[in-house]
Amino acid sequence: MTASADVAGAPRKKSFIETLELDTRMLGMVVAFIVLTVGFHLVTHGLFLTPRNIFNLTIQTVSIGIMATGMVFVIVMRDIDLSVGSLLCLCSAVMGLLQVRLLPDIGIPLGSPLIAPLAIVSGLAVGAIIGALNGWLVGYLAVPSFIVTLGGLLVWRNVAWYITSGQTLGPLDDNFQLFGGINGTLGAPASWAFGILACAGALYALWHGRRAKIRHEFPVKPVWAEVVIAAVIVVAILGFVWILNSYQIPPAVLRRHFAAIGKPMPQGYADVYGLPISVFLLIAVAIAMTLVALKTRFGRYVFATGGNPDAAELSGINTKLLTVKVFALMGALAALSAVVASARQTYHTNDIGTLDELRTIAAAVIGGTALAGGVGTIYGAILGALIMQALNSGMAMVGVDSPFQNIVVGSVLVLAVFVDIVYRKRTGALK
Amino acid sequence: MTAMNERGTPLVEMRDISIAFGGIKAVDHVSVDLYPGEVVGLLGHNGAGKSTLIKCLSGAYHQDAGEIFINGQKATINNPRDARAYNIETIYQTLALADNLDASSNLFLGRELVTPMGFVDDAHMEAETRKIMHRLNPNFRKFKDPVSALSGGQRQSVAIARAVYFNARILIMDEPTAALGPHETQMVADLIHELKRQGLGIFLIDHDIHAVMELCDRASVMKNGQLVGTVNVKDVTEDDLLGMIILGKHPEKAA
Ligand SMILES: Nc1ncnc2c1ncn2[C@@H]1O[C@H](COP(=O)(O)OP(=O)(O)OP(=O)(O)O)[C@@H](O)[C@H]1O
Ligand SMILES: [Mg+2]
Repeated sequence: MTASADVAGAPRKKSFIETLELDTRMLGMVVAFIVLTVGFHLVTHGLFLTPRNIFNLTIQTVSIGIMATGMVFVIVMRDIDLSVGSLLCLCSAVMGLLQVRLLPDIGIPLGSPLIAPLAIVSGLAVGAIIGALNGWLVGYLAVPSFIVTLGGLLVWRNVAWYITSGQTLGPLDDNFQLFGGINGTLGAPASWAFGILACAGALYALWHGRRAKIRHEFPVKPVWAEVVIAAVIVVAILGFVWILNSYQIPPAVLRRHFAAIGKPMPQGYADVYGLPISVFLLIAVAIAMTLVALKTRFGRYVFATGGNPDAAELSGINTKLLTVKVFALMGALAALSAVVASARQTYHTNDIGTLDELRTIAAAVIGGTALAGGVGTIYGAILGALIMQALNSGMAMVGVDSPFQNIVVGSVLVLAVFVDIVYRKRTGALK
Repeated sequence: MTAMNERGTPLVEMRDISIAFGGIKAVDHVSVDLYPGEVVGLLGHNGAGKSTLIKCLSGAYHQDAGEIFINGQKATINNPRDARAYNIETIYQTLALADNLDASSNLFLGRELVTPMGFVDDAHMEAETRKIMHRLNPNFRKFKDPVSALSGGQRQSVAIARAVYFNARILIMDEPTAALGPHETQMVADLIHELKRQGLGIFLIDHDIHAVMELCDRASVMKNGQLVGTVNVKDVTEDDLLGMIILGKHPEKAA
């Protein structure tokens, strides 16, 4: 984001990073993440960066990651949502009740293929409606979002407790459990196919962007810079798929699987997990939300409103309705996270999602979303969620006591924001 | 209204507008009108109610009492979207830019150009922005930076470009040259002349009496929320206008 407009027009020699037009802030986060994971890898004598642990790390990041993408929008609008953890719990309760009680009661038998879709659609609807209610209170009735959602934090978890009588609900539907992570993976061929499609998509996006610039006669990067970026993207995507495809399914699990379908397991049979459906879901959400943020009017209005609510209103943007939409989206994403989180533990419990609102906000903020509004990125929030999850599981692996883990995570949050402020001052993005 | 007979239907007629904030009557039974191809200056001391009056026309505020007519038809302007539908464009005193967005995002805010797929077409918008900025402020280079990185005058030219780009028929300029240097101020004056020739009606709020004398056909003077009077600029001297602004004294030869 360094100013490339030299007033006098005198061409200055650009650095390597400037030529690539990389976001230096993101680069810093990626480097921090790599240092962190490699550090844990060394301290744990090679246990951290194994396919199995990377697989688990990604699975554990999904739930917070999905919500963090929505929280970016909320915070960019200068609002906050403290109710997402409780809302996640309520959506999980509704979906759990539907699966084990309500749908079977109205004649859809347990195990029916209709159960999972009906439950998920209902859960998403509940999340979106409650989110819209939050947004209406904030936008139209002008109650501060901090208060509205602090209320929601208390209300929704206890509504969940009330409708479930505080009971654990489970086991959840088999198809539903596919979204939980280890119980639903794509296997090697489909994972490779995904990787190749993802590469194709990324290359198309790069090419398309360059073509649009050329068409309007804007300056473009040198071709070698585009090639470097494309190569890094392709290696990263395929490397990620390769790692996940290296995680072997343990023989005991395979034997159980073959016993379940009543066939003998062939001698020497082996298989790998590949890309978990939940991680696929997070990637899909991240891409969709990035497109929404950068390429749709809705996203443009969210950022404009965060930057200057009065200017947005005077430009004809209905900022009240926009607030409702942003909170509704947040609610729907909390419901989606509820699918992943409850499927992962294979049943609904009343403490599901506890403190997730704070983790979600922390992920967005570590990822560079400014509480003052108007600034934030989706990839930053997901990277923030990954960094926090890596910290947590790394420390657990090293054997750090859980109170110390929280002390470290809390300190990292404050430190990250401080570094961000210093960075923005240096680059002149902050007045 | 004798003027109506002479010159046909006014483009804008604001009749008996009142608006109060708490106890303060910011605008108190004020009537002004505007004809096509005409520039009407709004004058008055700080806090006289000029910005508040025109904000009723631009949809930022809704008057407590009074009516607005556009082309003789009663108009309901409840928000800025309604005003835009009447082809009313406004350059606000505060500029009303989203600081975190770049010039073209601000120029097209609320009216983005989109691709056939419905996605915002940033490249196209930037190209259009370059074109119009080239016309209004050829020195402008900072197309990629958020407008928070622009100087006051550069920000002002973005706000002016936004009002001019969308083919307004009614233009409201609230101190458009406040942050501009002499050269840029002259360019805005030229622009006003050009838009006037194209038949736009312009409300111009400006504290510079000299500029008002030069640019405006008529001037309406406000004091403490009330209209002192409206005069034909040709018929009065700068001292007459100053007297109206400071003393609230209406000169003999009124419009
Ligand atoms: N939103 C508001 N809330 C309360 N009072 C307001 C508001 N807007 C304006 N006022 C008051 O209304 C009066 C008129 O203000 P206005 O902004 O219209 O003045 P102005 O003529 O544009 O002055 P200036 O030349 O300084 O721009 C002032 O007394 C001001 O304090
Ligand atoms: Mg004013």
